[in-house]
Amino acid sequence: MATDVALTVNGSARTVRVEDPQTPLLYVLRNQFALNGPKYGCGLGQCGACTVLVDGEARRSCSLPAAQAAGRAITTLEGLGTPENPHPIQKAFISEQAVQCGYCINGMIMQSAAFLAKNKAPSEAEIREALKDNLCRCGTHVRILAAVQRAASDMGRG
Amino acid sequence: MDGTPGTLPRRGLLAAGAALVVAFSLRNEAEAQEKPVPTSGPRPVPLGRAESFLAFHRDGRVEVFTGKVDLGTGIRIAIMQMVADELDLPLSRVSLIEGDTDLTPDQGPTWGSLSIQVAGAAIRQAAATARHHLLARASAHLGVPAANLIVLDGNVHPRVGGASVSFAELLGDAPLALAVDREAPRKRAADYQVVGKSIPRPDVPGKVTGTHTYMQDLRLPGMIHARIVFPPAVGARLVSLDEGSVRGIPGVLRVLRRESFIAILAEDEWAAIRGHDTLRAEWTRWEGLPEQAKLYETLRAGPFAKTDTAGAKGDAAAALGTSARRFEATYDFAMQSHASMGPSCAVAQWDGRRMTVWSATQATHWTRLEVARMLGLEQPQVRVLYLDGAGCYGRNGHEDAAAQAALIAHILAGTELAGRPIRVQWMRADEHGWDPKGPPTLIALKAGLDASGNIAAWSSEYWIPQTTELAPIENLALSFAGIAQKTVINPGNIHNNAVPGYEIPNHLATLHRLTEPPLRASWIRSPGRMQNAYAIEAFMDELAHAAGADPVAYRLRHLKDERGAAVLRAAAEKAGWREGQAAQGPKDDAILRGRGVAYARYEARTYIACVAEVEVERASGKIRVTRCVVGHDCGQVINPDGLANQIEGQVVQTVSRTLIEEVTFDRSRVTSLDWASYPILTFPDVPKVEIASIERQDEPPWGAGEMAAVVIPPAVSNAVFDATGVRMRSIPYTPEKVRAALAGRA
Repeated sequence: MATDVALTVNGSARTVRVEDPQTPLLYVLRNQFALNGPKYGCGLGQCGACTVLVDGEARRSCSLPAAQAAGRAITTLEGLGTPENPHPIQKAFISEQAVQCGYCINGMIMQSAAFLAKNKAPSEAEIREALKDNLCRCGTHVRILAAVQRAASDMGRG
Repeated sequence: MDGTPGTLPRRGLLAAGAALVVAFSLRNEAEAQEKPVPTSGPRPVPLGRAESFLAFHRDGRVEVFTGKVDLGTGIRIAIMQMVADELDLPLSRVSLIEGDTDLTPDQGPTWGSLSIQVAGAAIRQAAATARHHLLARASAHLGVPAANLIVLDGNVHPRVGGASVSFAELLGDAPLALAVDREAPRKRAADYQVVGKSIPRPDVPGKVTGTHTYMQDLRLPGMIHARIVFPPAVGARLVSLDEGSVRGIPGVLRVLRRESFIAILAEDEWAAIRGHDTLRAEWTRWEGLPEQAKLYETLRAGPFAKTDTAGAKGDAAAALGTSARRFEATYDFAMQSHASMGPSCAVAQWDGRRMTVWSATQATHWTRLEVARMLGLEQPQVRVLYLDGAGCYGRNGHEDAAAQAALIAHILAGTELAGRPIRVQWMRADEHGWDPKGPPTLIALKAGLDASGNIAAWSSEYWIPQTTELAPIENLALSFAGIAQKTVINPGNIHNNAVPGYEIPNHLATLHRLTEPPLRASWIRSPGRMQNAYAIEAFMDELAHAAGADPVAYRLRHLKDERGAAVLRAAAEKAGWREGQAAQGPKDDAILRGRGVAYARYEARTYIACVAEVEVERASGKIRVTRCVVGHDCGQVINPDGLANQIEGQVVQTVSRTLIEEVTFDRSRVTSLDWASYPILTFPDVPKVEIASIERQDEPPWGAGEMAAVVIPPAVSNAVFDATGVRMRSIPYTPEKVRAALAGRA
């Protein structure tokens, strides 16, 4: 049964119609909001490529029904910053060139955003633990760790 | 460079549809859209012509065309650096168009770490030719001998000053038309301005802000979402399907069937997924896969397409017979998946005359040929355009998805859905289950030592899939739809690096080429070279140990190649390797620590070495690789940071392949269908990576995308032996296998 869902995405409120209230948020963000930051990786909540912030918490949008996100503040990678005005985490990823194919990077940055909001001066071991459920196949981990450390340091100074 | 990201001109992309020119550039997006790339139609692209690779524009920009694609490896910026330097142009005026069969030359698939070494070198020579030609024209134009001219930012100036002329002015309205001159002088390395510098990649800002358009992000007007319903068994055929089972799902347009090929077509992506999950179908039973527990016995049993020799010298059999001491060991390396983060995806559109296919394929031209043959079209009727996908490390599912999308689009001709773009997106289980695999490999080695412990004889046998001309990878679109295979892509040269890169007076390498490898065999990063080097370098360690020699010193004793020795020494030195001394840390009971070394030369190209340090938890059997120091000599380095990124990635990915990864299957199908059943290395277990890169800027550049990978499994393996005193010979080194080995049951 078609349902209207009121979503607040990156600060803008908009109501969208979904045929199935169980439609995962991921497909609504990508296909109805044209937000390509969150990626389809597994649809099982295992890899983290689809991560978005829901009320500041990192959530797997592939397995979160859109209807359950109604009325909550959703932030995607696009909501953090732009190429011209990147968020400090995005800027740190650029500085460290912490990308290979980059398909997982949305999840790395969004997970880090939620994590750094709580832990402003993490150790490397804490970052490793915070990102342990985010997968990267190209092996960009070494740079991602450096980027998150740099971001923490930059944000602490900011 | 202006620091703005290279992005697809997305608005133009959506509007232009099939006529799109994919342009990656350092220009900003707005500018790219205001100045659409003028080359909108097919270009002639013979490999011997400079204009096939370069287009000079009146505004001073130069477009570079390459058939190679950037799979996340950084070749995009590297090739631009090579051209900008050769032409003395600012990098901001150079843009790159890659992997478009209408526009780019066919430089072969992006594989084998040949993009810089072969394709980049060809483009560089085209640029040198163009520069030489333009200088001659400038000489005539300015009345100054060419030897007295210099190029600054695309303008030709007399050395002593005076009037200048730009490349664009010299060409006027006549486009470049020039055969590539193999003898055209290239710039000296000492004069490079941007080659050798760590220029940031143009795609990174877009990729970290969600503005870079990946293959999976392409949405065209009227696009239909398709999901393929894969068979429940590798060889199962469709008996019947119940279309009514998905009729109640809003948004499902139709169930398309051709023989055993089933696609759910829907207006909405979630509807396609629901249809995919809901459709009821009856399939034949099929149990043609070997028993996994007996996989290596199956390999040994054949049948074989042929048995041949990869390399021979002296008389290995006789020398083995007369050796003072003889050793033998058998190694195996598991079947593995590309396990790309994003399942394969493609979009295809048939306008009644031409098929346009967007794909993240590493082989746009070969995919064009496959699609054309499948549909009975001429090659010019098919255009394949590359868009970045999730990293693939060889032939994964992209080419299947591309053919599936094209097949659907073609079948729909004449129906009410005709002409609409078709997006095929594989699900996670499709990717893990159906991507062609890195084949399981069995390697048996024998060696004889002389009285002083040197290697007198070496004999090796490899059980591998038949390759190259013998066995192209079947394309699933055709096999499901019952169309005779007309594929052209095949696993490449997996017998390379089968011969040890040491001075050995008598050796023989024998290849048993299997007719039917279990599951489709593909190439995954360093295919064959990794498996072969693993066995050779682990066995080399066994021999060093038997000879009572230090593993580094023992290798150097047998290594006459100075560049190779330099790389091995560089890695050992950076790692703090000292003869006879084990790795740091106490050998307490709970955790065993060790270090190991490996060396190889990838084919007749890049030299690599690795010193790995490991910790082995005695109780659990878990191995942690704590540190990898990689020695690397790929000749000239175009972009040192790009090189480091590739080496780091290879270390992490290959540690994962060494310790964790194995495709599992029952008699019908792959059973490791997600990240829980096919796990990969995660952050807590990522080693520290250090690099000892030897830059040789006066030498030609070789590849770097898959070379370092070959020394990781043996270095780790040898470190495990150093830590435990137990020699493991079966990849992956799972905790279960380690516990068994420690208990003496290996």
